[in-house]
Amino acid sequence: MNDRSIYPLSQPVKGAGGKTGSWRTAKPVIDLEKCSGCLLCWLFCPEGCIGKNDRSIDYAYCKGCGICGAECPKKAIVMVKEEQR
Amino acid sequence: MSISIKDLPDFEYVLPGSAACAGCPSAIALRMVGKALGENAIMLMTPSCAVASIGPLPKSCYSIPVLNVCFASAGASAAGLAMALDALYEKGRLTGEKPTIFNWAGDGGTYDIGFQGISAAAERNDDFIHFCYNNEAYSNTGMQRSGATPIYAATTTTPLGKEVHRKNLPLLMLEHRVPYVATASLAYPTDLIRKVKKAKDIRGFKYIEIHAPCYTGWKFPSSDTVKMSRLAVQTGSWLLWEAEFGKVVLNSPTSLLAAEKIKPAPLEEYIGKQGRYAHLADSPQKEEILAAMEKEIRRELKFMAARAEL
Repeated sequence: MNDRSIYPLSQPVKGAGGKTGSWRTAKPVIDLEKCSGCLLCWLFCPEGCIGKNDRSIDYAYCKGCGICGAECPKKAIVMVKEEQR
Repeated sequence: MSISIKDLPDFEYVLPGSAACAGCPSAIALRMVGKALGENAIMLMTPSCAVASIGPLPKSCYSIPVLNVCFASAGASAAGLAMALDALYEKGRLTGEKPTIFNWAGDGGTYDIGFQGISAAAERNDDFIHFCYNNEAYSNTGMQRSGATPIYAATTTTPLGKEVHRKNLPLLMLEHRVPYVATASLAYPTDLIRKVKKAKDIRGFKYIEIHAPCYTGWKFPSSDTVKMSRLAVQTGSWLLWEAEFGKVVLNSPTSLLAAEKIKPAPLEEYIGKQGRYAHLADSPQKEEILAAMEKEIRRELKFMAARAEL
């Protein structure tokens, strides 16, 4: 990507708001054994941080909002408090 | 047309690491809309949280072409774009499928500042979809009241609670006699995606309003964003309906509420979780106000059920 701007034109890129994973105070941890694969977490994640196929979580950008944990019908996602950085 | 979440495409409108708040309802709604509309689309945005979410130049979190237009001009700008594209296709300068043009505006850009442009575009029946993600206040500038703020809700400009009722804008748009009007909620994603897909295939002006509980403005935990959307529908505070060419159909669960087949969820459960109604908790008129709110919900339900009879 060319970082020089001649026109006020932005290019789509991951992490346009920075490494937003650093905003997190609690991180979602998924237990794949409990997961039924309903994909509600994937659909409700505001960041699109949860993989559709393997339900892997992109911690570099996950902001820790906790919606995936609150909406999981199998309670397979729990929010764990982040260690002090 | 039934929709399975598993069959939705991987394609994303919002890339990870946007500048939106954690748990932003606009980002959730826009991701769902993207799965319904696909890559061939052009988005117009008026000043709102969704614009602030883009991130600093030269980066953008949105994967499709986005035009930032001025606040009052959502209707006029999208209409101009639609007409320009039509002209280019007519002259043969462009070929292939015409992209879907849509506005992504907040309630400020729809109910208040943007209303005249949208009203005019609806009356001309210009070919685009207007989405309003309704977070019931000017959240981007710090939660000032808007025409969509419900009565009694506290905002920074109505610290003791709003004194007047909100507008029923979906109904106003319906009475512009446009081809398609619908209301949707984050908590009912398949219903939302079905409505967006339907709107995509109709030529002319389409209006879809998505209820978007804003946790920073309404003051509840960010993890409850979807839960709050669901409670809004279950209590009857937000009604789900759609109208093709003026014929209103109520969608489940609103249709069940209107037919009294299910009881509405307790209103206190919905408003008790929101800090913007905290002033009601120790108000001496709490019971009166709750009764008035419930009465208003019944009135709206009855009104829309009767409108569906037409």
